[in-house]
Amino acid sequence: MSKFSKKQGNTNPAISTASLPDIVFMLLFFFMVVTKMRDTDLMVGVNTPQASELTKLEKKSLVNFIFIGRPTAKFRDVYGTKPRIQLGDKFSNPDDIPLFLEKHRVTVPEGFKDRIITSLKVDGEVTMGIVSDVKTSLRKAGQIKINYSSKKRDRTK
Amino acid sequence: MGKKNSRNRMNNEINAGSMADIAFLLLIFFLVTTVIAEDKGVLVKLPPWSDEPPPELTINTRNVYSVLVNAQNQLLVRNEPMEISKLKDNTILFITNPQKRADLSEDPTKALVSLKNDRGTEYKTYLAVYNELKAAYNQIWEEESLKRFSRPYEELSKTQKDEISAAYPLVISEAEPTKFGEEN
Repeated sequence: MSKFSKKQGNTNPAISTASLPDIVFMLLFFFMVVTKMRDTDLMVGVNTPQASELTKLEKKSLVNFIFIGRPTAKFRDVYGTKPRIQLGDKFSNPDDIPLFLEKHRVTVPEGFKDRIITSLKVDGEVTMGIVSDVKTSLRKAGQIKINYSSKKRDRTK
Repeated sequence: MGKKNSRNRMNNEINAGSMADIAFLLLIFFLVTTVIAEDKGVLVKLPPWSDEPPPELTINTRNVYSVLVNAQNQLLVRNEPMEISKLKDNTILFITNPQKRADLSEDPTKALVSLKNDRGTEYKTYLAVYNELKAAYNQIWEEESLKRFSRPYEELSKTQKDEISAAYPLVISEAEPTKFGEEN
């Protein structure tokens, strides 16, 4: 009888939470690896079209982004609804592209400079006029590797 | 003496209970400030810019596969309207020309795809067309790879890939767009 009643009383019933931080840190590291910092706020609405022949962008530090789309509701009063180019965190025109590329180029280590890729994040509804201007500007600046950012679509037979 | 007593009684362990809170705080911070990396896209190599006008090339018209996309997002392929869904198979037929027809390309190495669009063409359509053209080449490469090396193209070595792309070079030339349908 005393065998069963013995343990009751002075034992501490708390569960050890010492491993909880480890679990959370594991989650934290997972998210740190699979995500990238949102370094710019999008000022234009970009809904990229779908494509099937995709290439993954490997080294994030070798990629710079150019956004093209219509200004979001917040900026519509000032900038109108015409498609705009966003470089970094401001609205720009195609003439600003060489300087933008150069600013990125200096951060890339020597020997990797010919592997820089410009990712064009363009809204599907935008017309080609503005895209062509950007392409011409990129070619003039010597940046010929580009990537039309798009979503995955499976090939339909 | 009292001091010594209390030290003995103390458990020599730091309370790690708040560690979880700190880690959660960090986790939530990263969740908010990051976006899941979904950077995929159609890789394109633009032709380098030169100020001189391009040299006059005399290319046999049978070797040129001209694709026009107008401001109404319609497709004109070799002066015939075409559905975008048929573009890939037609391009493959043009490049490989298995029956050696006189109106299709002489040889895959001489074939040239010329893409032209208006300024008013929707980007969505343009990319879909470009995607189809690229898909055509990817399929040709895949089939050729299976034929020559009996392995999928992805698994080939660099030299083998070069061999295939030398036999079927990807040439998509893009003309300066015409000024139709520019948005205001």
